[in-house]
This record gives sequence, structure tokens and C-alpha cells, in this order.
Amino acid sequence: MLDFQAMISAIGPELLLALAGLAGVLAGAYMGDRFNGLSFKLGAATLLLAALVVIMNWEGGEAFGGLVTTTPFVNFAKCISFVAGAVTLLMAEGFLKRHETIRYEYPLLVIFASLGMGIILSASNLMTLYMGIETLSLSSYVLASFHRDSIRSSEAGLKYFVLGALASGILLYGISLVYGFTGSTDYGDIASSERTIGLVFGMVLMISGMAFKVSAAPMHVWTPDVYEGAPSPVVAFFATAPKMASMVVFANLLFTAFSGVFEDWQMIIAIIATLSMLIGAFGALIQSNLKRLLGYSSIANMGYALVAVAAGAEYGAAALLVFMTSYVIASIGLFGGVLSMRREGGMVESIDELAGLVRRRTGLALALTILVISVSGFPLAVGFIGKIVVFQAGWNAGLLPLLIVLVLSSVLAFGYYLRIILVMWVKEPVERFQPVGSTVALSVYAAAAACLVLFVFASPFLEWATQASAGFIQ
Amino acid sequence: MELIAFYILAAIVTVSAVAVIAAKNPVHSVLWLITAFFTSAGLLVLIGAEFLAMLLVVVYVGAVAVLFLFVVMMLDVDFVELKQGTLGYWPFAALVGVAFAAEIALVTFARSAAGDEINAKPGAATNAEAIGQVMYTEYLLLFQMSGIILLVAMIGAIVLTLRHKPHVKRQNIAKQTARTRKDAIRRIDVESGKGL
Repeated sequence: MLDFQAMISAIGPELLLALAGLAGVLAGAYMGDRFNGLSFKLGAATLLLAALVVIMNWEGGEAFGGLVTTTPFVNFAKCISFVAGAVTLLMAEGFLKRHETIRYEYPLLVIFASLGMGIILSASNLMTLYMGIETLSLSSYVLASFHRDSIRSSEAGLKYFVLGALASGILLYGISLVYGFTGSTDYGDIASSERTIGLVFGMVLMISGMAFKVSAAPMHVWTPDVYEGAPSPVVAFFATAPKMASMVVFANLLFTAFSGVFEDWQMIIAIIATLSMLIGAFGALIQSNLKRLLGYSSIANMGYALVAVAAGAEYGAAALLVFMTSYVIASIGLFGGVLSMRREGGMVESIDELAGLVRRRTGLALALTILVISVSGFPLAVGFIGKIVVFQAGWNAGLLPLLIVLVLSSVLAFGYYLRIILVMWVKEPVERFQPVGSTVALSVYAAAAACLVLFVFASPFLEWATQASAGFIQ
Repeated sequence: MELIAFYILAAIVTVSAVAVIAAKNPVHSVLWLITAFFTSAGLLVLIGAEFLAMLLVVVYVGAVAVLFLFVVMMLDVDFVELKQGTLGYWPFAALVGVAFAAEIALVTFARSAAGDEINAKPGAATNAEAIGQVMYTEYLLLFQMSGIILLVAMIGAIVLTLRHKPHVKRQNIAKQTARTRKDAIRRIDVESGKGL
């Protein structure tokens, strides 16, 4: 018999998203193009409502015979992901309207992608995990090529699809090996089964698959191309909500299902983190396209987040949540900045187009400066707090070599972030940007304000993250 | 008796699987693939999984293989040209082949070491019943999620390919039957010596 109470407390938000998505399909079928404008607002409202349902069922629970189990740790990530999804959805409307590609399928795909995120976060069984990942990935491939008449968008979608399908295959092969050697797909059973070489082999394949989803090196090659080619609001979505969800799922999988083989995966994650930090920092140095630069920046940031994962559940869980949240907030604002770079004749994406922004649009330049400072991990904004807690987690776990790379890569990264700031403040101004929609401007200012506020009032934020990951501390 | 049937079917599967990659003509490859699917269905019947056997025939032979045939027949590829130079890849192919064989051996070994007998119908009279008992109860969530994935795939296909062309004429039966004499016929007085 179905236990509705347990179902709602475990995956209530996902049920809501699924129902809303299906209702949206019907509404779109009956109303056609008249649904286009409304669908964005309704989609964002649904996502915010889903975040509210997450908060209402904060403690979570187990349902469907152990196929899903939610904890405050994953609920934290769900909450941030859904809110980020809602904000990026609202930011997309104006952009798509100007490009005359506004269609109600966009919010539907975002909702189904968020449903996938919720499912992977709730998963406590490898089968559920795979189902959720496929839902998220399929929606993402279509979103990446949403501007189907643009060659670059189609190219981004195709690249993402082919590489993503390969990564899914690798992940699935890993899952089948883990199942073959432990006899179960349940996280708890896998954790309590004995260590065999087949289990470790399967786990390595699963790590490779998941590394692709979070765009960590050496599975990162798709990121700059997809970021450059896909429509900007889609990239704003990719860089925030799914990143947060996939990273926390990655950590949750390692912390729970593979807690018995901690020594085996710690080294692998440390190497992936090192590679990501270095490739992200060096790759970004030579970019002139802002979206590509943000792509490399996200690879480097995933490296920092993986340092927290490598520190293990006890030290790293809370640090991961804090770092990823600060990264998501800064990313939303930075992509809002990309969306506001519009001149006569269309969007511009080169960093040099920001020249002298401070004299043309002072407010925007100030907000972007705060966001860049935050994402580079310099004091004054919340990104600093994020990096400090990651550093602390690594320190407590005794990962000294990893910390050295982290500091070096941060210094290098500051070089290219500084370039953005210098271009905005020092260079001779160029022609003014066209004014942008109020939602985009509002998101940029709100994100910048959040970076400052969370820096000043960091302790409740840290408290919240620590309380959410209390389940991992014995 | 069962053992003899197994060896015959297994031999046919192996031979036709080799033939799939050895056949010169891609259409023949697909036909060999269909033979392999059919014979594998026979193997599934042998271990008592009739339902899975039927699914294999319906889905793989009925839909997937036919789709393959369509694709192969529609592709305009010069296969002789494509085949040139494939021999150069043999070290890599051998490596992949050995890896796959080793992995299959590894899994088979782990399986037999665990000492489990394969049971196609745990706790039920037939294979279909055993699947039916868990499909909509224990695995309801996964079943529904598969539905959502297919829906997303459908939405995706529509988003990426459907175009509303304004000049295409479509038949609207309701509009046709609702047409009356009034809508269709106009009476015009034409003055003599002038056209319309």
C-alpha cells in the first residue's frame, strides 16, 4: 500500500514538479502560443513553491521501499537548486522574447530538469539515481540547442548530447558492476558490503560518469564549448542549479554508498580536484569570450568543491554546501551581467565590451565587481567564506598538497578576474549597453547584495549548513 | 533435451553475432541481427523467462531492427570506401575485445562464486507474474520516471524539429463538414460587356 504521508515528506517537491510539468504540457497543447508568456511566471512560481515544500519537509524521510531517502543535507541542495532554477527562468524570458524564440516548452524543460535534480538528490538507490540523471540530462541537451536556427546552439547541443550519452554509458556500466559485485543497488547495502576489486572498479567508472556531469577535469572538455554556444540564459541555468544538484549528489553518493571504500575514492577525487583547479585556472587565462571564461571558471570552482568532497563526509559536507551556495549566487549574478551585454544589433560576449562600464552604467559595474570579487574568493564577499571553509575542511582532513594547489590556483584565478575588473574600471569607455529587462537587472543587484549580506552575516548561514550536514558527523 | 536445445540456440546466437559484423552488405548485417535477437529470445524461454522473451521479440525484432533496416537502406554511404583502412585499427580493436572478454569473465566468475542459481520467476508461477508483482508496487517510482523520461524525449523532439509553416494546406474535417451553401457560393451580377 502506498504511504502518502511518507511519500510527501520524502519527495513531495518532486511530485509537485511532475504534476506541474504534466499540467503545463496540457495547458500548452490547448492554449498554444498564448501560454508562452504566462508559462515562464507559472514555471518560476512552481519552482519556488517546490523550494517551499522542501523547507516544510526539512527532515525528509524514506519512501517507495527505500528507493528514495531524503536528509537535510540533500534538502539544502534541493532548496538552492530550485530557487536558482526559478531565478534563471525569469531571467530567460526577456532574452528569448528578443530573439523571438519564446516558447512554453522552455519552462517545461526547466521544470523537468529540476524534477530530475530532485530525484537524483533524493535517490538512495542506483536505479533511482540513473533515472533522475537521464531526466536531467535529456532536458539539458534540448535546452542547449534551444536556438535551433543558430548553428552554434545546435553544435553545443549535439556536442553535449554525444559526450553526455557516453558519460551516461560509463556511469551505467559502473552501476552494473557495482550491482554485480555487491548484489544490491541500495546505497545502504552497498556501503555495508565488503570491498572487492569489482566494486572499486565499478565505483571508478561511476566517478568518471559523475565527473562529467559536474564538469570536473578530465571530463570537462564539453564545458567551454557548450557554455559558448548555448543561449546565455540556458548557460545561466546550467552553471547554477544542475551544478549544485550534481555536485551534492556526487558527494552524497560517495559519502553514503561508498563510505566503506573511503580510502579508495579519496585519492581519485583528490586527483580530479587538482586537475580541475589547474585546468580551470590556466584555461581561463587565455579566454577573451566572457561565457567561455565563466566556463573555465566553473571547472576551477568544481575543483575547489571537490577538495571539500575529498576531505570526507565529516569535515567536508557542510563546507561543500557553503561553497556551492556561494558559487551559485555569484554565478546567477555574473550570467545576469552577460545577459545585460546588449548593443544595437544583438548580444556581445567579449570581455573587452565591458570597457569603461563604470562610467556608462555605474550600478551594473559596481554589482559585477562585487560578484567577480566573490567568485574569486577575495574578502568582502561570500565567496571568501566559501573558500575559507573548504580550506578548513581540507586542513582538518590533512590534505596539505591539495591545499597548496588550491591556494596557487586561486591566486592564478585572481589574475583573470582582476582583468575583468580592470577592463570595467580603467579602460576607455565604449558605447553604452541597451537597457535590459528589470528581472535581469534585479537578479544582478540581488545577487551582489546577497554576496555582501551573507559575508557580513555569515554565521547563521554557516550554522544552517552545519545543521543540515549534522547527519554525517558521528 | 534442454541442454541440447541450449547448445543449438547458443551456437546459432554466436554464429549470427559474428555474421553481423562479418557480413559485407549492411542489410544482411541487420538480418543476421534479427536472427540473433530471435534466438536469444529462445534462450530466455529456456530459463523460464517467457515474458522477457516475448518483449525481446516485440521490441527488438518488431521495432528496433526494423528501424535499423530503414536507416541502413536510406543511408547513402559507400561501404567499400568506408571499410578501407579498418585493418589498421586491429591493435586497438583487439585491446577493446580482450577488455570486454575479461570483464565478462570477471562478472561470470563473481556470479558463480556467489553460488546463486538464476531464477527467472522468484515467488511466482510465471515470469510475467513475477515481474507484474513488483513493477507497479515496489518499482512504481522508477516506472513513472521512465514515463517522464520518454515524455521529455518527445517534448525535445518537438521543440527541435517541429516548424509551423504558414503556407502548408492542412485538411480540417470539422471545418469541411461545417461548410454551408452560404459560405461557399456567392451570387454576382455581372454586367454585360465586363468581366469580374
